[in-house]
Amino acid sequence: MTSTAEPEVGRARLRKEDARLITGRTRWTDNMSLPGMVHLAVLRSTEAHAKIVSIDTSAAKEMPGVIAVLTGDDLDPGGQLGMPCAWPISPDMKSPRRPVLAQGQVNFAGEGVAVVVARSAAEAEDALASIDVEYDELPVVLGMENALAEDAPLVHEELGTNRNALWVFDSGEAGSGGDVEQAISEAEVVVKRRFRQQRLVPAFMEPRSCVVDPTAAQLTMWSATQVPHILKTMAALTLGIPEHKLRVIAPDVGGGFGGKIAVLPEEIMALLVAQKLGKPVKWTESRSESMVAAHHGRDQIQDLTIAARRDGTVTGLKVELLADMGAYLGLVGPGVPILGAFMFNAIYKIPAYHFACTNVFTNTTLTDAYRGAGRPEATFGIERIMDELAAELGMEPLELREKNWIKHEEFPYTTVSTLTYDSGNYEAATEKAKQLFDYDGLRREQRERRERGDPVQLGIGISTFTEMCGLAPSRVLGSLDYGAGGWEHSAIRMLPTGKVEVITGSSAHGQGHETAWSQIVSDQLGIPFEDIEVLHGDTQSSHKGLDTYGSRSLAVGGIAVVKAAEKVVAKAKPLAAHMMECSEDDLEFAGGKFTVRGTDKSTTIQDVAFAAFMAHDLPEGMEPSLDAEAVFDPENFSFPHGTHLCAAEVDTETGRVALRSYVCVDDVGSVVNPLIVEGQIHGGLAQGIAQALFEEAVHDESGTLTSGTFADYLLPSAADLPSFTTDRTETPSTTNPLGVKGVGEAGTIASTPAVVNAVIDAVRHFGVNDIEMPLTPMRVWQAIRTGASAAGGPGAEAGGGLGSIDSAQGGAR
Amino acid sequence: MRITVTVDGTSYTDDVEPRTLLVHHLRERLGKVGTVVGCDTSNCGACTVHLDGHSVKSCSVLAVQADGCEVTTVEGLARDGTLHPVQQAFHDNHALQCGFCTPGMIMQSIDLLADNPDPDEQAVREGIEGNLCRCTGYQNIVRAVQDAAHHMRPGAGPEAERVAGVDQATGSRAASSVGGGGE
Repeated sequence: MTSTAEPEVGRARLRKEDARLITGRTRWTDNMSLPGMVHLAVLRSTEAHAKIVSIDTSAAKEMPGVIAVLTGDDLDPGGQLGMPCAWPISPDMKSPRRPVLAQGQVNFAGEGVAVVVARSAAEAEDALASIDVEYDELPVVLGMENALAEDAPLVHEELGTNRNALWVFDSGEAGSGGDVEQAISEAEVVVKRRFRQQRLVPAFMEPRSCVVDPTAAQLTMWSATQVPHILKTMAALTLGIPEHKLRVIAPDVGGGFGGKIAVLPEEIMALLVAQKLGKPVKWTESRSESMVAAHHGRDQIQDLTIAARRDGTVTGLKVELLADMGAYLGLVGPGVPILGAFMFNAIYKIPAYHFACTNVFTNTTLTDAYRGAGRPEATFGIERIMDELAAELGMEPLELREKNWIKHEEFPYTTVSTLTYDSGNYEAATEKAKQLFDYDGLRREQRERRERGDPVQLGIGISTFTEMCGLAPSRVLGSLDYGAGGWEHSAIRMLPTGKVEVITGSSAHGQGHETAWSQIVSDQLGIPFEDIEVLHGDTQSSHKGLDTYGSRSLAVGGIAVVKAAEKVVAKAKPLAAHMMECSEDDLEFAGGKFTVRGTDKSTTIQDVAFAAFMAHDLPEGMEPSLDAEAVFDPENFSFPHGTHLCAAEVDTETGRVALRSYVCVDDVGSVVNPLIVEGQIHGGLAQGIAQALFEEAVHDESGTLTSGTFADYLLPSAADLPSFTTDRTETPSTTNPLGVKGVGEAGTIASTPAVVNAVIDAVRHFGVNDIEMPLTPMRVWQAIRTGASAAGGPGAEAGGGLGSIDSAQGGAR
Repeated sequence: MRITVTVDGTSYTDDVEPRTLLVHHLRERLGKVGTVVGCDTSNCGACTVHLDGHSVKSCSVLAVQADGCEVTTVEGLARDGTLHPVQQAFHDNHALQCGFCTPGMIMQSIDLLADNPDPDEQAVREGIEGNLCRCTGYQNIVRAVQDAAHHMRPGAGPEAERVAGVDQATGSRAASSVGGGGE
């Protein structure tokens, strides 16, 4: 077995990961049990904003099984510790200290106030009720415009403002385009809209959990995290633990979607308690805890102004955002809306562009990355306003897009926001999508239904999107003041028996890296797929990495794997030549074999690996190893794109929306495993559609999260979603040797505006030009009747009754 | 309270607190950590197991209620290293990504196929409505359940988990081997 007959890359390989997952032989963090292990339970604030007058833990300490009850002052007497934020987007960004447990004041409902340590999880939970906290209420700051009002109470008095930061890009100043104010004043048509990106909950299925073992040689932490490497370095920095004394393991991790890119107060707490007690410690959150304490996503108010000529040529775009940070800054929270700065211009040639984002503090759960992180928000804004502009001009919306998009022969193309798109073919993806969708047929049916006044109206929604993936070139991150580079690491171990271990700094939590990386290495080295094991998520074996987020794993981590494999081959070559007594120049490597050119003389890379292991007869000066490692830093982002078309039926008598058909043609470049790609698209679509129709994190006027369980936060079930028609075009990325672009976020980014555009298209003739998400039946019905875009209560009718709010009261706005 | 529960073919007798949930008993006392907890309002279904052959959300059953009962978890489905047809179908159809919902989703799908051996797409979607998945968008899960149905003889139902669902000689799935009842 030295060669594989057909290339592995491109094959629909069934996943290696499945075997343990379908049989229950999994290693979730909460499965861990260690001798003498104790359990943590966190008491969470019921108040959104209050001074803590006193915390009485005496009764709790007497409860059965309780070992300790600790407050913020117990864990951090000096008040020195602060949870890290790694993305200070501006030099004068306001950054409040986020304590491990609240000290003196709570700033959102759900913030940790005290922690119980007990022999069992149930006993720890029991004792929470016996802790007596006296609060002195402060005025609650909710809603970004309220927070910015002149006389607004302050979330953090010491900052003197609720404004976290202002971040501006202007094409006139940057020299990448014209002056947007001039474009607007000279425009033949100007359309202005305010869109709202509601707050969402990432809602990974596995609740967060961590276990700390202080009895090992290294302090060892297992955590349900997307970012074990970042967590290790950040935890070391935060607590002053020597970095080499800390090991972090992300075992099987049950989804993340950005929600597990974090350094958690609970992780820091577990490290502190474990060291204090000298015992292994476990913390596992309940779902209700996760809903209030894990970071949320989105939550923006978007003011867009688009300028155009009567013929549809867009001449300028001005974007003014408010982004809700919540009460504190998450690990990368302040930068999330800034990622959108590069994406509002999307696939279009926009000659003048201005982007300004104001980040705002409120007394709510903090926000941070959620699938797409800034780019879904941007795509929504531009794709919604393109439809509005089309309506204003009386133009077919696809035609308007085509008039403005970058033509395939114009790549590489440097955009007004200064990114250089390497490749793309919007025409091809759109044409394919139109055919699969029967675009013309559905438009015909739409006209017919409208003419006969059918109570069920049909709407067609379009989203032609691109995104920046493969985060990221380190120099670009540096220019954005991001607190890390964007490279990724890989290493390959050539074992004596011809098997291979691949080490990756990417940290899979459902993506299928074990399968995809095996396919890549199989092709690179000619080693059978089955003979390759991928090691990840343990800083002891995978010692270097920057983890998994931002659709970066394949486009950055996968390329590092390729580079490491190339080094293995380069190291093997002199030994192969030595073994076959020929010149290196006479050797060619293919299908796992070094062959002497023009002869049938060959040796396999496995044989070379064995010879290196034996080391009895090596070329002069060669080290006895073929193992190699590589760190890859991309030169550019990758730019997946696609055309998504949605047909929605809207029952105008009930407001109910039914998705009749959803077609997407995505171009994610070359594909390693089409099965995995399709799965990523499906899941992404479900999340994007859910934002459009179902989900919203709602706070009441006291700052309590009322959508705080899965009974109230409407995660779609199988019965709520249609089957999708997915297809692809393949325009390889030119910025990496595999031609890949990344696919993790595409479905989510593209689908939300496609669905909302479809619903608006169905009811536009009733005078409706916007409905705020989620497009619940009540909101759609109210919009048809009154034209109001946000009537009917924020998601009020979506809940199952456990704390769903009164629609008359509305949510915290 | 002292209870005796047969889990995946093994009988366990334990003293449990009356308030202990079945899922916690399985995970914390019996080490059956293949069954997981995803929420605390019985909405997500990640903890689904079979209690005397029917699917239940084990976060909504007290351990004492399972006294004298037979519980099957995802860990008890495979026979002699051969996957249950529904497990196999989940693999074959890429019906899982992170895999956290998968144990519950598989147990619920088996129960669904017991009630309806040949469900159409809508019936599958409604039949697994009580199990949430955040990764897959459900499309491949629906496909997997229908694929499994094709490989299981009508009426296999809960019996399917007691017998080999696969022709062990060839490794391929043989409908005739499913549903024979008993071990």
